[in-house]
Parts: sequence; structure tokens; C-alpha cells
Amino acid sequence: MEELRKKARELLTSGAVKVIIGYGPGSGKRVRAVFVRKPEQADLLICDDRCLQNLAVYLTKPEVKALGKAAVVARLPTLRAILQLAAENQLTDGQVVALGISPEGKMTELSQFKAIEEFLAGFSFELSAEEKATLEKLDQMTPEQRWQFWQEQFAKCVRCYGCRASCPLCYCEKCLAECNQPQWIPAASHQIGNLDWHIIRAMHLANRCVNCGDCSRACPVGIPLHLLNQKLAEEVFKQFGARSGMKAAQEYALCNWKLEDRENFIK
Amino acid sequence: MSEPNIYQPFLMRIDKITEEAPLVKTFKLVFVNDEEGKKFQFKAGQFGEYSVFGEGECTLCIASPPTRPGYIECTFRQAGRVTGALAGKEEGEIIGFRGPYGNTFPLEQWQGKNLLFIAGGIALPPLRCVIWNALDLRDRFKEITVIYGARSVADLVYKQELEEWAKRGDLKILTTVDPGGETPDWKGEIGFVPAVLEKADPICENTVALVCGPPIMIKLTLPVLAKLGFSPENTFTTLENRMKCGIGKCGHCMVGKYFVCKDGPVFTLAQLNQLPPEY
Amino acid sequence: MIIEKKLLKQDSVEKLFAKLKADGRRILAPKAQGDEIFFEQVASASEMAKDYIQTTLSPKGAVFPRVEALFRYQMEGKDVKIENNSEPQPTVIFGLRPCDAASFAILNSVFSWDYQDSQFKSRLAQTAAITVSCSRADEYCFCTSVGGSPGDTKGSDILLTRIGSGDYLAEILTEKGKAMVTLAPELFAEAPSEDKEKYLAKVPVKFDLKKLTEKLPEAFNNNELWMEQSLRCLGCGACAFVCPACVCFDIQDESKRESGVRLRCWDSCGFSLFTAHTSGHNPRPVQSQRWRQRVMHKFSYFNDRQKYLGCVGCGRCSRKCPADMNLLEHLKAIAEAR
Ligand SMILES: Cc1cc2nc3c(=O)[nH]c(=O)nc-3n(C[C@H](O)[C@H](O)[C@H](O)COP(=O)(O)OP(=O)(O)OC[C@H]3O[C@@H](n4cnc5c(N)ncnc54)[C@H](O)[C@@H]3O)c2cc1C
Ligand code: SF4
Ligand code: SF4
Ligand code: SF4
Ligand code: SF4
Ligand code: FES
Repeated sequence: MEELRKKARELLTSGAVKVIIGYGPGSGKRVRAVFVRKPEQADLLICDDRCLQNLAVYLTKPEVKALGKAAVVARLPTLRAILQLAAENQLTDGQVVALGISPEGKMTELSQFKAIEEFLAGFSFELSAEEKATLEKLDQMTPEQRWQFWQEQFAKCVRCYGCRASCPLCYCEKCLAECNQPQWIPAASHQIGNLDWHIIRAMHLANRCVNCGDCSRACPVGIPLHLLNQKLAEEVFKQFGARSGMKAAQEYALCNWKLEDRENFIK
Repeated sequence: MSEPNIYQPFLMRIDKITEEAPLVKTFKLVFVNDEEGKKFQFKAGQFGEYSVFGEGECTLCIASPPTRPGYIECTFRQAGRVTGALAGKEEGEIIGFRGPYGNTFPLEQWQGKNLLFIAGGIALPPLRCVIWNALDLRDRFKEITVIYGARSVADLVYKQELEEWAKRGDLKILTTVDPGGETPDWKGEIGFVPAVLEKADPICENTVALVCGPPIMIKLTLPVLAKLGFSPENTFTTLENRMKCGIGKCGHCMVGKYFVCKDGPVFTLAQLNQLPPEY
Repeated sequence: MIIEKKLLKQDSVEKLFAKLKADGRRILAPKAQGDEIFFEQVASASEMAKDYIQTTLSPKGAVFPRVEALFRYQMEGKDVKIENNSEPQPTVIFGLRPCDAASFAILNSVFSWDYQDSQFKSRLAQTAAITVSCSRADEYCFCTSVGGSPGDTKGSDILLTRIGSGDYLAEILTEKGKAMVTLAPELFAEAPSEDKEKYLAKVPVKFDLKKLTEKLPEAFNNNELWMEQSLRCLGCGACAFVCPACVCFDIQDESKRESGVRLRCWDSCGFSLFTAHTSGHNPRPVQSQRWRQRVMHKFSYFNDRQKYLGCVGCGRCSRKCPADMNLLEHLKAIAEAR
């Protein structure tokens, strides 16, 4: 933590960046995103295991962009989100400094995409045993049971779009959910509307989701949305060997066609 | 339910469709239910929620004058889902209408005054209602002047009426198109509305000015009016905040503590100056 | 207001539910789903969540559902037939908190000023509130700062306070409350001479409401204040949708060829497209303006226009905000700013 504060102070004092997007004290025991702009405020910064929000979500927010070049405190999913945003032409190299935090809490300054790529190459992005077990439980259900499970979950959805708002990859200025010519997704939070919304969002995030889990954390009614995204990420990996957010330049598996693609999914 | 459903529209039959300009049409609408039609009253400046069943509602002003009962007219530009669906309707088909909503231009208070109308592009409809209203009660007002501009000759709406007005002799009308928008036989002015207004140099004494148009036109016209001596109290305009309910409930149209749908859409410049810039 | 005090034995709640149901009423009570608690139809009192400070969503859905039909329509050749909704089912909300009970009057102030929203009004008329006062509160609760309290009776038809024995001290407050007691008079015994106060949570007043409301009109132009407060706000609708007092809505059509429905759905002033025109022009283009609207609407415009505050201090918005926007903290900052 001291290391992080020191680095933040340095970056601000030298003028290398204008703002550090990091975690600071929040309500009660919570932490929250803070936007440190003065070296003397660097002591606000916190880095512990409560710090889960994917701060890359702020890199595309106009008001935050207006503050000037940013350094962002970045755990692994945040680093992946940065690369994925780069791959989607939302960030350019050198636009952002990542203060990478390893799972052990060690900080590394990563100011080029290449450095982030190399840093991430040292970690595995297989799902944890626990995550795998949860997905397997879902897989083992009969289609009817699974349908029932998701219907019950989606029934709670109020369409607050907290999942979308907290997602670093849901940066579309006008989301498909708001397109009304035609109205692809019913705006109402009834059964069909919710089903359409969640299936379409999950599809939009296949091979883009970086598994930060923020959609589920953001959801006020407790829908485990990340399970949909994890499932699709695994499928994409199986079919195409692709994982999102590993390279600053990468092709989007779902809209690229290659000779060596296995096409046994079209049956 | 004991009280009527305030969201239930009147059913209106499209009696006549006029193509005004590219993507702009006028519908003449009559009440399917005669009784409702007889009871219906409104005043100049008010608007309604027009609906295409299956597509939704959109907010349009009532473009015909209250002096001509039995029908209403609306003029709209095909812009999105509902206006697009409206544009696909044919004569004889049925659409919905809720209204009249909002406040009105205080015509009663303008007796014996000169009226100056300034409009740009598709924003003539709200003023057309007032113009006809004043022409139908011509002896109550002094001089009536209309300055109307559009990007090009094709974009002018109510072309027939513009000619009719020009022939009447009891009002002065200046039509203008942006430079480059004229046709070889164009006889009107060429130039932007504010410049034409300045050149026309209308007297401000005992005159009220009504301005409707795209934000940029309004922004450039207001200083000219001020220069010509029009006070903010005598300068009127209408606001077009996004609306859903039209009746002060849904929150969409709020500007500060005001509901544009209830406290507006008609505002004087003096009132606008007091509002936060959220329109 | 009638105040009659009675004692409702804890095991009588089940019997009361049975009587209410026999009377044709639907009962909505807090039910747990995972870590979240929702007002749902319950068959038995045993299904209710035991221990909660506040529910996840407020009970406002009972009178202002997140999606509801305004009317249905049927195309018949070139003609259109409109069909209005039938009367709503009588409903009893059980186990809501005093802050929630107070919120109905706020919603009503919007739906019944000027144009009368018959659908809302008949839902409200058909709804009775059996509120349970709060024995616990958390750091997000601030009812006492906005005119309420953990044992407040405003908006409730019957207010229950759990006393030492585990039974409820019942305050019968309205005709609706009396009517429910009349369905099962045998369940309501003579009240003990106990004071409910000692069983109520202590919620200190956290800011000076008068100061806040005086300062807001001027604070409007303090762009830096709103910008600083809202930098981390993500512009979702979570705060509005969990709020018992938020009223904004959208109107949407859905149709299948010949028939369709016009729907009203919850909406939020926090969404970027809430005010956007088709042309792209947006009167509130940035999130700080939308956050300002939320605060100004609830604490300034609302009490100017509707003579109510747009907030009952339930704390839900702050508990549920994914970005930890703490409303109370922001209000304090505005009230205390010099
Ligand atoms: C008081 C008032 C009077 C108006 N009078 C006219 C008129 O006479 N002629 C005309 O062509 N247009 C008028 N407009 C603008 C018209 O309401 C919009 O163009 C129309 O709502 C677009 O709807 P849509 O469904 O086709 O577009 P979509 O983009 O599909 O609409 C989505 C929603 O956005 C809102 N909206 C979009 N644009 C506007 C806008 N410019 N103003 C307000 N709300 C908007 C509406 O609530 C609409 O339901 C008026 C607007 C207001 C507020
Ligand atoms: S769901 Fe799709 S369209 Fe909507 S914001 Fe996310 S990626 Fe964009
Ligand atoms: S955050 Fe939850 S309630 Fe909100 S739209 Fe997403 S799934 Fe629905
Ligand atoms: S305050 Fe929180 S809940 Fe409300 S819009 Fe902002 S991020 Fe969403
Ligand atoms: S604004 Fe927040 S605290 Fe106030 S009533 Fe709404 S959810 Fe509760
Ligand atoms: S349009 Fe709904 S409040 Fe004005």
C-alpha cells in the first residue's frame, strides 16, 4: 500500500499523470473508487482484498477522461479490461498508466500495453476450482432445470442496468437495449424483456468479458450474471482457443472466420 | 375504476394528409366519437401525445387554430420510432391522441397589439396555430408580421398557406432560405432568420414577439430582438423537452422545478432567464 | 387519526393472514431469496424473512409496479378497441418499515396533483399497510433526518412494535386498519401498558434538513460540487429502482399484430438518455447534471411543488449503489458547506 501511495505521489508530482483512479475509504467497511488529483491526497489510496471494483470502467467515462491522463490501480481483471478496450480501439497505447497489482498485492507500474501483456502472461486465467464447480453444477442440470434456474433469477431483474453500467466493456453510447427501431429488446422488465436483455448482453460479452464479476456485484437484486459470461467465455475458449483481454491487438473470435475454425457447433 | 384513465387516448381518424416537405407531413384528424369531438376544446400553444398503436406515443403541438373546431392538425417530421410509424399511416386510418396539454399563448392579453412571428424550419407548426387564430380574429390585433426561414425552398412547410398569407394583405410575411437553398424562381429573401429580422426592423412598441425554431436559430435571434428593443417579457417561445406523460408525472421534461408539460411549453424570455439551462 | 392500542400475539400473525386471505386479499410480505429480501405473495407467515433491517426493493411495486398495463388495445379492421384494466385486487403489505409506509404519500402527491391517475389511486385505495417498526437500524438509515422515525405511524394502517414478550403492540391507525381488525377481533387482545419507545432503534438526526433545503437552490450552480460528488457514479438506475419514493416512468407500446398493450415502466433520471431528444440534443449531457437532478428533485423541487420531500431516509440507494454513492454523506456535505 505504501508502495502504491508513493508511486501515486510521484506520478502526480512529476505531472506524468493528472489523476490516479484507485480505491479509497467508503461507507462503513466498504471501499470506493477515488480520483486522486493532488500528491497530498495519495494517502487516501487503499489496496486490500476489499478492492474488487473494475476501475477500468471509468476510463471511458467522459467526465473522468476530461481530468486528463490517468493512472489506474489495476488488479488482473482490470488489466485485462484495459487490453480488451485497447483491442476494441477504445484506448491508445500510452493513454493510461496501469498500476498493476498482483494477487499477492505487489504493485508494478505498467505504462505500455506491451508491459501489461507481459505481466499478464505470467498468470493463468483458467477458472478457479470453485468457479468451475459452480459452472459444472449448472451444466449438470437438465435443460428444464437450468431454464427454471435462470427464469427465477431473471424474474428479479428490474432493468436498472447496473450490470451494464459497472461493466468496463459495456461502453456503448447507445446500447442495443435502447435501440427502438426496431425495438430489439423490450424495455419492460417482464419475462420476455428480461430474458432478451440477459441473453443478448451475454452474447455481446462473449470473448470480451474479462471475468471481473462486477455485473453480479453491481446487481441490486443479486442475480449471478457472471455465470452466463463465464460459461460463454469457456465455450469460446473451447471452440477458438481465445481468451479476452490478453493482447492489445486481438481478433474478436465471434466475428472472424478462419480456415482452421472448427465448425462443429453448426449442426 | 371510478375516474377516467388519463392515459387513454381519443381515437382519431386521419381525414387528410398533406406532404409539406421532405419527411414532413400534416395530418388533419377528426374524432371517431362525435361527442368527444364536440366537447373538445383547446387554446393556442397547447400540445398532445399522438400515438400509433403498437409503436408508442410522441409529443406534437396542435398546429390548427382553436377557432376552427371539429378537427385538429399536427405537422411532424419523421424522426424516430413513432413519427416514423405515423408517416406510414394513410388517410382513413386511426391513431390515438391525448390532450390538450400544457399552457397557452396569452392571446386575450394581446388585444390591440402588434404580433411578430419568427420561425425556423419545422418549428412553424406551433406558431401556425397562433397565426391562424389571430387571422380568424383579425380585428383584435394590429399589425401581424411573419418571418419564416428554412434551409432550402423544399424545406419550407405550409407552402400553400405561405402563398395564401402573402396574398392576404392584412399581414406582412417574409420568407427566407439559407444561402444556397434557393431555387432559380425563388422570390423570397436569401439569408438567415436573424439577419432578415434585423433588416425588417419591426417596431417593438406595443408588439409581442413569438420565436420558435432550432436552438441555434433561437440563440442568434434573441440578441437581435433585444437590440430591436423587445423586452424579455414580450418575447415568447416554446420549449421542447423530452416528454412521456405530458401531464406532470413522469419526470422526463423537468427543467429545475418546472414541468415543461405543465408550466410550459410556452415561456417568455423573462421566465427562461430564470430557469436553469436544462433545455 | 384513530389510535387504538391492542396486543397481537406472535402466533396470531398466521391466523390474521388466514383471515385476510379469506377476505379476498393478497398478502405481500418480505421473503428471502439468497441474500436479498423481496415483498412477495406469501401463503403462510412462516415463509417470511425473519431478520432484516430493510428489504432489497421497497414495497412501492404494490401500488406502482415496475411494469404495468395502462390499457390494452385490439385492432379490428381499421377500428381500434381500447380496454381498460379491471379493479386491482385488495392487498395487504405486511412487514414494511415506517419509512416505506411514509413513502406512499409521496408517490400519491405526484399521481394525484392536477391530473388524477386513477390506476395508481385505486391501487393505493386497495392497499393496506401493516407496518413493523424498527428495532435495529444501520449506518445508512436516516429517517429521523427527513421527518420520520423508527416507530413513526405516518402512512401505516396498523403499526406493530415487537415488545419484550415477542408479541406485537398493535396501533390501529386508520379505518382500513380497523377494518382488518374487524375481520379477526379475537386476535387482538387488550394492550399492555408498555411504551413502544424502548423497543425502537435509535437513529440520530444526521443533518439539518432546513439548512439543506435552504442551501440547495444556491448549490445548483456549484458545478464543482456535483462533479466531485458524482465522478464515481456509473449512471445506472439502481438507486432509483430500489427507492420507495422515486416516481419517474417511461411509456412503451408492445404489440402482437392485432393486439397490444401500452405499458408504464419504471425509469430513472440517472440514465443518460432520460432527457435525450431524437436529434441527439441532451439537456443533461453529463452524469454530474443527472446526479444533481436526483438530489435537487428529491430535496428541493419536490418540497416546493408537492409539499413533500422526495426521500424517506430508508438508505436503500446507498446500500445498493455499485459505486458506493452515499446519499447521506453527500447531503451532509451540502448542508454543512459554508
Ligand atoms: C411540446 C413539444 C411539441 C413538439 N411539437 C412537435 C411538432 O409539432 N412537430 C414535430 O415534428 N416535432 C415536435 N416535437 C418533437 C417530437 O416530440 C419528437 O420529434 C418525437 O417525440 C420523436 O418521437 P419518435 O418516437 O419518432 O422518436 P424516438 O427517437 O423513437 O423517440 C423516443 C422518445 O424520445 C422523446 N423525444 C425525442 N425527441 C424529442 C424532442 N425533440 N422533443 C421532445 N421529446 C423527444 C419522446 O419522448 C419519444 O417518445 C415536439 C416536442 C415537444 C416536447
Ligand atoms: S449490452 Fe451490448 S450494446 Fe449494450 S452496452 Fe453492453 S456491449 Fe454495448
Ligand atoms: S443489475 Fe441486476 S437488476 Fe439491474 S439490470 Fe442488471 S441484472 Fe437487472
Ligand atoms: S448513484 Fe449509484 S446507483 Fe445511482 S446511478 Fe450512480 S452508480 Fe447507479
Ligand atoms: S433517496 Fe435513498 S434513502 Fe431516500 S427514500 Fe430513496 S432509496 Fe431511501
Ligand atoms: S412529460 Fe411527464 S412530467 Fe412532463
